[in-house]
Amino acid sequence: MNKKGGLEIPDFNQSLKIDKVGVEERVARFQKRSIKKESKMQGLRMALNMIDLTTLEGKDTLGKVKQMCYKAMHLHDVHPGLPTVAAVCVYPSMVKTAVNEVKGSGVKVASVSTAFPSGQAPLEVKLIDTKFAVDSGADEIDMVISRGKFLSGDYNFVFDEIAAIKEACGKARLKVILETGELVTLDNVRRASDIAMYAGADFIKTSTGKIQPAATMQVTYTMLEAIRDFHLATGKMIGMKPAGGISNSKLALHNLVMVKETLGNDWLTNEWFRFGASSLANDVLMQIMKTETGIYQSKDYFSID
Amino acid sequence: MAKKQIKGWDYSPAPESTSHIDLKKRYDLYINGEWVKPSSKKYFKTINPANEELLAEVAHANEKDVDKAVKAARKAYNEVWSKTSPSERAKYIFRIARLMQERSREFAVIESLDAGKTIRESRDVDVPLACNHFFYNAGWADKLEFAFPNRKIESLGVAGQIIPWNFPLLMAAWKIAPALATGNTVVLKPAETTPLTALKLAEIIHDSGLPPGVVNIVTGYGDTGAAIVNHEDVDKIAFTGSTGVGKIIQKAVAGTNKKTTLELGGKSANIIMDDAPLDQAVEGIINGIFFNQGHVCCAGSRLFVQESVYDKVIEKLKHRMNSLIVGDPLDKNTDIGAINSKEQLDIINGYLKIGKDEGVEMYQSTCDIPGNGFYCRPTLVLNVAQSSRLVQEEIFGPVLAIQTFRTVDEVIQKANNTPFGLAAGVWTDKGSRIFNLTTKLRAGVVWANTYNKFDPASPFGGYKESGFGREGGLHGLEGYLKMN
Repeated sequence: MNKKGGLEIPDFNQSLKIDKVGVEERVARFQKRSIKKESKMQGLRMALNMIDLTTLEGKDTLGKVKQMCYKAMHLHDVHPGLPTVAAVCVYPSMVKTAVNEVKGSGVKVASVSTAFPSGQAPLEVKLIDTKFAVDSGADEIDMVISRGKFLSGDYNFVFDEIAAIKEACGKARLKVILETGELVTLDNVRRASDIAMYAGADFIKTSTGKIQPAATMQVTYTMLEAIRDFHLATGKMIGMKPAGGISNSKLALHNLVMVKETLGNDWLTNEWFRFGASSLANDVLMQIMKTETGIYQSKDYFSID
Repeated sequence: MAKKQIKGWDYSPAPESTSHIDLKKRYDLYINGEWVKPSSKKYFKTINPANEELLAEVAHANEKDVDKAVKAARKAYNEVWSKTSPSERAKYIFRIARLMQERSREFAVIESLDAGKTIRESRDVDVPLACNHFFYNAGWADKLEFAFPNRKIESLGVAGQIIPWNFPLLMAAWKIAPALATGNTVVLKPAETTPLTALKLAEIIHDSGLPPGVVNIVTGYGDTGAAIVNHEDVDKIAFTGSTGVGKIIQKAVAGTNKKTTLELGGKSANIIMDDAPLDQAVEGIINGIFFNQGHVCCAGSRLFVQESVYDKVIEKLKHRMNSLIVGDPLDKNTDIGAINSKEQLDIINGYLKIGKDEGVEMYQSTCDIPGNGFYCRPTLVLNVAQSSRLVQEEIFGPVLAIQTFRTVDEVIQKANNTPFGLAAGVWTDKGSRIFNLTTKLRAGVVWANTYNKFDPASPFGGYKESGFGREGGLHGLEGYLKMN
């Protein structure tokens, strides 16, 4: 038996089977929960506080990143008392700037790495990429797995790569992006989740945001079940980050319902659950203002960056 | 790491409004297209099992009232309904379906009030499915000669129908729709604890303009049912309910010309193989036993788990059980509502006591349950023996008896080792195993990788003490026809 950090590494060929039809039924039940009044308000504030405000574009500049960092700390100052987002998520070259901008606010800086989004680079390059981000001050690293290797059945490669990156992260928390849109089946999503968690992920994350479909509820649910099973087996909590496609409050609340009912209230903090999103924050803000004032304001009342 | 900011997150109450429902204080009998007072002059109370509050008073029909209803049905059959063209019959049934659909919210709320079932289920399952049964059967009314080619078919006459309290409206639809489609007239008796949606259905039937006497609804207790069964001018008895009452009916109709279908109890096996998608299987277990508080004749009340995955499945099952919300049936977030009646709660508690006395390992979910009303915590009975009464007898509540097995042959033997045979569930990732098991399990319905799925086009019924005859689909029409 393989051992790593006291964990018994299971045979990933034996990962739990997932029945898609059953998953769809379960997910539909989460969507039928009625979230009203105080629980809605509490849920919306929680959602805001769980957002990783993200910009991951080739055309990103320091200026853009600075703007986003300000927004991360000042979501909607006309309404005092709102939480900040959890983190900003940027490319490694932007980390230093982001760290300076959010200093002292409690907002974390996450950096994608490992030749994001494709991950098609040698391990040495990925390690340098990661170390650069960590050395620049990133609190969290969002890596991508090698989907090509995964799909060709080389699970050991995927496992070892994650373990190596984890080591390079040092104190930074590691989020492992499975890019579920490329894994296609829920059986694969489950297996990749197991590999990532046993290899040392602190968080597992659905997608890069560059591939569709991204964070569907079916995929997130499958990953939450994997986290639950990992917790039951090892006692270790792993975080979850659906990313891509969650652009409105209703969907965010459905996700929170799913987390609550699958993992429990312990996971309902930004230490253990994040939304990777760029446009979600404003929709949540609009809903909060609507709930508080009764008026549904136009988009122009909320800053885009 | 960020500080924990919010400790827990609970759903605020989300009660469905009752302001739009229209309930009378007192209901009479619906006979020959009119609301008539019972000759017994007696009324009984129907209460909300979730808070024990009075909902309405309902007439208690005696033999005379039943006789009046049967005579009205006979007259309507002879003079009107048997001469109505099939496509005309279809129009009425379609109209009933549409009227019901239009008032589905009202039906759902009343069903939840009267039966204790959750609004989620009455809204999403009971009422839409009841409408679909009318739609489905309406479609067959003028196509019966194609449904049964090369057969000479005739309607039977007057159908006496007695239905249970677990799916009051849905069972009324299962019974009335095929009877009308095949050209019969009806005397229907709803259960004494849940008469209200059948009486609301009578209002809709009245609004649909169905000729008087074609459908008669008489409310009452067992004596009312007996009067229907024993009435000599009834041609068909359709009964859904307990096996005990089914046997009494079977005796009563012996030697008469009455055609009978009985849909009775069950103790259905839900079988989890080691290669099953376990999380979805756990959902299937939950749905199989806790749907409608376990008041389901085909409930998956015996769980068989292959030993190699037993610990995992039980761990997952307990975890999932604790996220179930037990409480006010009208709250949209409630997963498990109230037990239908005090009597039923006593029966369930009696079985739980047997378990305690036998020293069987039991697990109940830790949820809060309301102080008044009739509630029972979801319960697992673990590692119980095949010879225990908890495994052999129908409890009709949220109590799941769990056993293990080692091989496929063993589980087939154990699953079939019961006087019942209504339904079964099989969970495996392997197609060939599904076919092997489904052909060997002696149960009317076998679900693979799902449970409690119903469709008007799919026949439903049992083996052995679970009854005979089929309802739903073409088979369901057959029960209301003479065939030559």
